[in-house]
Amino acid sequence: MTTLLTPAAAEPRPAPPPARRDRRSWTGWGFIAPFVAVFALVFLAPIAYSIYLSLFRDQLIGGTTFVGLDNYQEALKDDRFWAALGRVALFLCVQVPVMLGIALLVALALDSGRLYGRSFFRVSIFLPYAVPAVVATLMWGFMYGTRFGLVGDINDTLGISLPNPLSPDLVLASIGNIVTWEFVGYNMLIFYSALRVIPHSLYEAAEIDGAGQIRVITAIKLPAIRGALVIATIFSIIGSFQLFNEPAILQDLAPNAITTDYTPNLYTYSLSFSGQQHNYSATVAIVMGLITMVIAYVVQLRGMRKGA
Amino acid sequence: MTSPVTTVSARFAGAPSGSSGSAPRLRTPRRRHTPGKPRRSVLLTLLTGLVLLYSLIPLVWLVISATKSQQGLARSFGLWFDGDFALWDNIGETFTYDDGVFTRWLLNTVLYVVVGAGGATFLAVLGGYALAKFDFPGRRAVFAVVIGAVAVPGTALAVPTFLMFSEMGLTDTPWAVIIPSLISPFGLYLMWVFAGEAIPAELLEAARIDGAGEVRTFFRVALPLLAPGIVTVLLFTMVATWNNYFLPLIMIKDPDWYPLTLGLDSWNSQAQTAGGEAVFNLVVTGSLITILPLIAAFLLLQKYWQSGLAAGSVKE
Repeated sequence: MTTLLTPAAAEPRPAPPPARRDRRSWTGWGFIAPFVAVFALVFLAPIAYSIYLSLFRDQLIGGTTFVGLDNYQEALKDDRFWAALGRVALFLCVQVPVMLGIALLVALALDSGRLYGRSFFRVSIFLPYAVPAVVATLMWGFMYGTRFGLVGDINDTLGISLPNPLSPDLVLASIGNIVTWEFVGYNMLIFYSALRVIPHSLYEAAEIDGAGQIRVITAIKLPAIRGALVIATIFSIIGSFQLFNEPAILQDLAPNAITTDYTPNLYTYSLSFSGQQHNYSATVAIVMGLITMVIAYVVQLRGMRKGA
Repeated sequence: MTSPVTTVSARFAGAPSGSSGSAPRLRTPRRRHTPGKPRRSVLLTLLTGLVLLYSLIPLVWLVISATKSQQGLARSFGLWFDGDFALWDNIGETFTYDDGVFTRWLLNTVLYVVVGAGGATFLAVLGGYALAKFDFPGRRAVFAVVIGAVAVPGTALAVPTFLMFSEMGLTDTPWAVIIPSLISPFGLYLMWVFAGEAIPAELLEAARIDGAGEVRTFFRVALPLLAPGIVTVLLFTMVATWNNYFLPLIMIKDPDWYPLTLGLDSWNSQAQTAGGEAVFNLVVTGSLITILPLIAAFLLLQKYWQSGLAAGSVKE
């Protein structure tokens, strides 16, 4: 997975190469050892353990036995897993473009310098990022309520009946709205930071050539922030596939709409903590991790290819 | 946890293409209206204002709702006040309900944030400094593994981490939340980049020639130069720990060790359980109290985190 980030990671290679070759010594380890030790404990060991777990099965008769790749075969044939994956894939295809699209438009608007009160906009739109997913979900969950919530209020006031956002048909869109609300400002800030780096001389040159605003955006700004766009996309993909907090919390408010296998992560969670199927749960998590990595990698390859 | 990586890497990913494009630098004559000062547009401001409303309305709803009693929440319009103003009662009740368990959750969260986010920042600063300023055996391998791990879905680690910690007897203790919070690959990456740019090698050489030991050089020379980067990493790790839900959810079963996020969720679920008392006014007020510290931190430290994030943007 190292390749995923190399384009980003390789570019900012800090100016001075780390000391001279002849100074190569173990001194640096003194500084990095604490990080590496904890990292091994909370990242490497669980990954290894997870792979180990996925190769065994805990049965009523015979106890824990080695089953090779049987768990993986089961996962690949598991309808509940595929249904959950399909749900987050749909979520990904709709929510991510909407969120990143809005974020990009706002970033471009801020960067154009044509707004009144630019810094107010920037900070206010970013603020939801500081709100915990739990609070965001509870807030929106209450507002969605058709009886006490804003939706209910609007229905009463206008005498209409909006569909219930927490009904099985709409709940995925409602979750999408919550996630969009949480991260639109964050992504906006990423795009905005990338836009600020574009040298002004380019705009001056474009102006001399008589290029209009739209042309400046498509010919200069968007290509220049391609890296930021690709990376925001990749992390949104990872985020979508990991969807857990919002549906898990909304479950209390919409128990009929959100099942225990609503997303792959909810599925692994309930397998493990309600079903005690630790081995199978680890397997599903690994399969999901692999799928996420493959998709992120493909997006990165496609996104960066045109850039080069 | 993965999300903050985006910020920095995105910035740098954006940077090179921008600067490489500037190769044929044109000396342009001054124009009457420079591109830096375009005319402001009311229409664009209004359109962006829609997104602003979208971002702020839920927060306004939260503030207004926190002033309502339970009955008030049910009977009044969501975006306007109810007749009786119950904010102070709500706040009082939030802190005293169930023997003041909310205060306990607040203190737990502070503990997790101070030790977890503080520790994560400290480890990231040390590690980033090592990666940027020392050449040591295995340096590339360390970096590759850490960056690769960013892409591993956090929840894929949850089950095995839980099983490991439960064998070590760490579950249901603060350590179960604190130890995994200590690692911030994003923080390490940011500090690596930041240390590379902010600390001139000559300065370190000079300190060493003056006979300062490595530890002393780090604390006296390097650390002050890293301040804006440290504030940025600290803020983002603070958000990650303060907002953490999944990790404590699996690790902590004892309500006495809940952070605020789990506590609020349990208050909300309470209404659904048989015989549970509905305390929605407390959920709402508690939510408001939960988000205030972070919002205040972001607003007050704006200058620092924005300059920390924009550190690489000053090339032009």
